[in-house]
Formats: sequence, structure tokens, C-alpha cells
Amino acid sequence: MTDVTTPTAVPPAPTAAAKPAEKAKIEAPAYREMPCIPALQAGSMQASRPYVASEKIQEALGFHSKLDDEWQTTHDLAIAKMGDLLGKSRGLKVFMDSCVHCGACTDKCHYFLGTADPKNMPVARQELMRSVYRRYFTLPGKLFPGLVGAKDLTKEVLDDWYTYFWQCSQCRRCSVFCPYGIDTAEVTMAAHSILDAVGYGQKYSNEIVGKVHKIGNNLGLPGPALINTLEGLEEDVKEDTGVDIKYPLDVHGAEVLLVTPSADFFAEPHIESLIGYGKVFHAAGISWTLSSKASEAGNFGMFIGNYEQLRKIALRVREAALELGVKRIVVGECGHAWRVAYSFWNTLVGIGAGANDPFAIQLQKQLDPNYRQPSHICEVTWDLIQQGRLKFDKSANDHRIITFHDSCNVARASRMGDMVGGQFDIPRNIIRAVANHYVEMAPETIREKTFCCGGGGGVLTDELIDLRLKGALPRMEAIKQVADHDNVNFVAMICAICKAQFTKILPYYGYKMGMAGGVHQLVSTAIVLNNEQ
Amino acid sequence: MSLFFALLFYVATLILVGGVAYKIYDYARTPAPLKIPTTPAPTTSSGVAFRMFREVVFFESLFKSNLWIWALGWLFHVSLALVLLRHVRYFTEPVNALIAFIQPFGMYAGFAMAAGLAGLWGRRFLVERIRYISTPSDHLMLALLLGIAVTGLLMKFVMHTDIVAVKTFFLGLMAFEIHPLPAHPGLYLHLLMVALLMIIFPVSKLLHAPGVFFSPTRNQIDNPRETRHLAPWAAPLDVQN
Repeated sequence: MTDVTTPTAVPPAPTAAAKPAEKAKIEAPAYREMPCIPALQAGSMQASRPYVASEKIQEALGFHSKLDDEWQTTHDLAIAKMGDLLGKSRGLKVFMDSCVHCGACTDKCHYFLGTADPKNMPVARQELMRSVYRRYFTLPGKLFPGLVGAKDLTKEVLDDWYTYFWQCSQCRRCSVFCPYGIDTAEVTMAAHSILDAVGYGQKYSNEIVGKVHKIGNNLGLPGPALINTLEGLEEDVKEDTGVDIKYPLDVHGAEVLLVTPSADFFAEPHIESLIGYGKVFHAAGISWTLSSKASEAGNFGMFIGNYEQLRKIALRVREAALELGVKRIVVGECGHAWRVAYSFWNTLVGIGAGANDPFAIQLQKQLDPNYRQPSHICEVTWDLIQQGRLKFDKSANDHRIITFHDSCNVARASRMGDMVGGQFDIPRNIIRAVANHYVEMAPETIREKTFCCGGGGGVLTDELIDLRLKGALPRMEAIKQVADHDNVNFVAMICAICKAQFTKILPYYGYKMGMAGGVHQLVSTAIVLNNEQ
Repeated sequence: MSLFFALLFYVATLILVGGVAYKIYDYARTPAPLKIPTTPAPTTSSGVAFRMFREVVFFESLFKSNLWIWALGWLFHVSLALVLLRHVRYFTEPVNALIAFIQPFGMYAGFAMAAGLAGLWGRRFLVERIRYISTPSDHLMLALLLGIAVTGLLMKFVMHTDIVAVKTFFLGLMAFEIHPLPAHPGLYLHLLMVALLMIIFPVSKLLHAPGVFFSPTRNQIDNPRETRHLAPWAAPLDVQN
């Protein structure tokens, strides 16, 4: 257990040239009197740009290594990539055509609310790409560009893409409110994909994708380090509880393969949830294992909008499951990982029902059809609670007054259980089963209307701290309200990125970093462990 | 003039029908590579049909989003639907009983349509955020629709045209015969603008009408674990390992 507070953040190489206009002191924005819509401040976030990926990082992923010296080459590559994506994605094509500029989304983005930069309004962010789409792919845009807001792709436009498509956390809040369901996350992913194709990749995300392939997880923890960490954890838990709880790695024939974000292995408060998962499996008598090959649930292939990368990263999980001969695949507390697991794994690598390549068929034979494949750890815990297989001392959590922060990708891009909306109810049910004091935040900031923590989608990197602080404002205002009114002192969540982001930003807003924690941290506190298992 | 309008409407109809049909074909043939319904989403196809029904008929998401835009937008669209239905009488003989029944509502819906459009246009000037995102074509589109509504209302309530002759003209067009169109400036303007709207439909934001039905965040079933979804272009990846 170390004191690293941004576990998935790769320490950026601070070169003097890459740090323009660094502010002397970084502060959280002031709370607004009322959660009103800000007046526009054009260009206020123009300077917020993440570090660009080095040639080495780009090449490792098979992307164009850097922007070409000839603009025309970059231009042609970008337009070709855009055409390719339009032909492969119905969503992108429909979203490019359908927007009527009604304005319904303009006040829905946390980055707009926190920064007032008009290009952070979802429609304006989409328009960065749509104006280019119109110019090259529609007749009116070719004939009357000025009339229909069509633009040539210039270096300035591409720079704007890099700046503002890396100020979107792909949280999909705008897509809830759009009358045509236009999802800015899809547009942002497409933009990231095009930027990668022309050699204008983002260092943080692309470096992490490279690390997953090379070492097996986002943090670059090699196998021996993992073993070491898990052994240490077993000792800590033994000391704490007096019970021998195992945190097994690469155990063949275990029933459950747990795939969890690598931050769970060493970062606070993430590790508290990992301790909780182990206690749940122990108490229920379920044999389980982690995998050194699939020691990462996160899949940054999604953030960079790259189907092949998404698939390649997901493939590790299928391979690990086949090698270890497990009966169930369970995913730990991670928002975008759960989206990828729940919504995409079946499509990408046949974890689920219906795939018919030899490996997928083998996996279907191996996995137990009596369980949802894959399952979220919250589904597992809640099922066990309902079966009466877990006992809790709720008073152990009495020092906490708890609220629940819905993480975007869980809330708006996945489900849990068999009921529509299970992704909202199941984590809340668990919290109520293990603790006595639970308070809900304002209704317009929870469930599918939840506000992003400000750090999702590949922006959880130190050089974007200003953006992250401002983007957290709407969520922090909702937290402040329940902290002031109900003395809430614990914000429970089920996302590694949310946990890292809150741990970092809470102090700027005047709260303790320990205020943020996992749902299974609460489970861990209250669970009653018998030695009978 | 009759010949000009006859040709114009043949061309406009061809562009509208052909253009929208092509767009629908294009949307339909382009696969959605991944399951991306905005959740919570229905888990059955009938549930998705119901979600789409609520979206298309009541503008459910817009209602959740912004009551002003919803009220003005819904007023405009419902009125437009009534007005269009009322106009069916100029293309059919005898007139269907339902269309005859709608007649009085359709007449006054013209006012509601104009009011809705005026309100939506007002927002483009008065609300800073919407002013920022408006392009010239957004204003022209509203001007065009408002122009159609106002010229229509003028002919109905102020400067009548020979509507029987207009009907004869359009019934004639449908039988490939050209009958004289009344020489009436209001009618000429009205028809010119309608033809222009038909022509720009398949290349403009008016594509939101067919587009909404193809929006994967709204039309996909939330069942990725139970049913595999795979784009044809991604299928060959399954074979490699």
C-alpha cells in the first residue's frame, strides 16, 4: 500500500518546452451560488492539451509515428481515415447527419459547466468534426461551405480537435438528453482514432495501451511484483481479521477468474475493494483467482476509439480464462472496464453467448451457464446477499454517512442483474445491506443523469489537472450539498478512474481524500468472517 | 408558369424520394460495430419499439432535457403533421373521411406551426449558447419553414387562391397531365419554397427524421451478454487468433 494517489496516471516527462503557461498555483474553481448555466468564455480552455505521444509509443501500436512535415499528407490521411470510419460505423454516420443544433445538450456537459468554454458544449465539440464532415462528405458543404458551416481540414482545425476531443471524458451524459440519441463519446472516439492515424496520438492513453500489451496491465506491474503485492496483502488481512484469506494468482481450476483494474493491486482506496472481493469469495466459499496475463480489466482501446486494440486487449481475458480453466469470469470495480466487459466482450472475443469460432466455443463449453458471463462483482455480491450466504455487522460502518456516485460507463453504457436499471439499484442495495447511513445526492445528478468525476475517457493525467478540477465542479457541488446538509463523509463508487480522480481532487475542494472509496470497501468493513469456511 | 411548376415538382419529388431512399439504404447497410444503447435501455425488441415510439411521437429525451425547446419543437412538429395531413386533400379525390375530419384542426395548426417556428428562431437570437452554435443555414431553414407557413396562412385567411384549380393541377401531375395553375403570387411563393424544402431535405439536417430511427443509442436492445452482435467487417477477425 503506497501513497500514490493517481495510480493509473503515468508520471509525465516534464520537459520545459512542453509546459506552456503553467499556472503558478492550481486551484479548484469556486462553487457557484446556484447551479446555473455559465456565460460563454470563448477560448478559456484553448491551452489545455495533454502531452503528445512520442514516435516510439505510436510505432509500438502500429500508428503513424508523427505528424508529417507535409500538411497535405496529414490532411489526406485524416480524411481517408474519416471516410473509413464513416463506412464502418452507422452511429458516426447518423450522428454526423442528424444534429439540428437544437441546443438541448448545451448545458449538459460537466466540462462546459466547469469551464464555460463554448467548445465544451457537446454540440460544439461534435461540430469540430461535423464541419469537416460536411466539407468533404456532403454536397452542400462542397458547394456552399460558409452557408452550412463546413470547414476545410487545416492544421488549426486539427489542433482544435486535439485540444477539445481530449476535453471529453466519453461519459455520454449528453446522449441521454439528445432527441436523436447523438452520442458525443462516439464522435470523440472517432476523432481520437483519426488523430492516432495521422501521428497525433495522446501520450497518456497510448502509452498505457502499449504497456498492457508488453507487461499485462496499465500500471506496468510485472508478474513477480504482483505475487509480492498479493502475499503482502494476505499478511495484512490476516493481521487485521485473524482469518486466512487468500488472494490467489494464476490458480488453475479455480471457479472464478477475477479481472480487476490494476490500480486495485496497490493504490488507495482501490486496494480496500480488492480486500473486500477476497473476503466475499472467502465467506461464500467460492474458489477464485487473479491472472497475471489478464491483470488488468481496463481497456484503453475504447478511449482511443480503436476496435482492433479493444479486441486485442480483451483477447487476453479469453486466453487467461481458457488457460486457467475457470467456470466464471467476474469483473472488479471499474467503470469503462465494465462497459467493455458487459457490452463489448461478447462482440469482440465471444465471452457471452453466440460466438462460433473454435476458441469461443471452447470457452462456452467451459463456462458455467448458470451464471451471467461475464458478471460484475456487485452482481456476485448481491446474489450472495440475497441467498443469505453473507453476514454483515452493519454497525461497523456507522462512522460513515454514505452517498453513491454513479460512474458514467456503468450508468449509461451497461447494466447489472436482470432488471433494467440494475446498474443503479444493485450497488445501492449492497450499500444498504452493509451500512446504516445512506443518503442520495440531488436527483438530477444521479443514475443516468450522473455527473462524471472529471477524469474519465483518458484524461486522468497530471498535465490535465486544471481540466480535471473544473470538470469535477458539478459533481463536487452535489457532494457538497449532501456533505453540508446530511454530513455525508463517504462517497462510494465502483470505478478505478473515479477513485483515482476523487482522491486527487477532493483536497483541492477542501475534503479529505479518504472520503472517496469503493462499494466493496464498505462490504469489507462490515462482513462477518467465520472460520468455518 | 404551370409548366415550370410541373417540372419543378417532378424534379423535387424525385430528389426527395430518391435522396431519402438512398440515405436510408446507406444507413441500413452501414453496420454498428458495437452495442452502444444509452442505458437504461429496453431488453426486448418490443421494448425498443416502445422507446422509439416515445422518442418519435413525444420527443421523450428532449422533454427530459429542456422544456422550452421541447414545447416549441413539439408544437411545431405536431402542427406540421396536422398541416401535412390536411394537405392530403389536394392529392386525393374523393377525400378520405379522416382527412376531412382533420380539416378544421389542420387549418388552425398552421398558426401553431408558425408560433412554434418563431419561438425556435427567437431562441437562436436570444440564448447565447444557441446563438453560438447556429449556422446561417439554421436561420435559413427556419426562414424557409416560416415562409411556407405564412404564405399558406395568407392564402387560407387573407388572399384566397382558386384552390379547386390548385387541386386539379396536382391531381393532374399525378396522372402526368399539366393543368393550369392559378396565377397567384402567394401560391407561387408557397410552392417555390415547398419545392426548395423537398430538394434540400436529403442533404441537410432534415435527415434527423430518418436518422433517429437508425440511431444505435436508441434502437439497440440491451442484451449483449445473451445475444452476440457482430459487424460483418469485424467477422473475419474472429478467425485470426
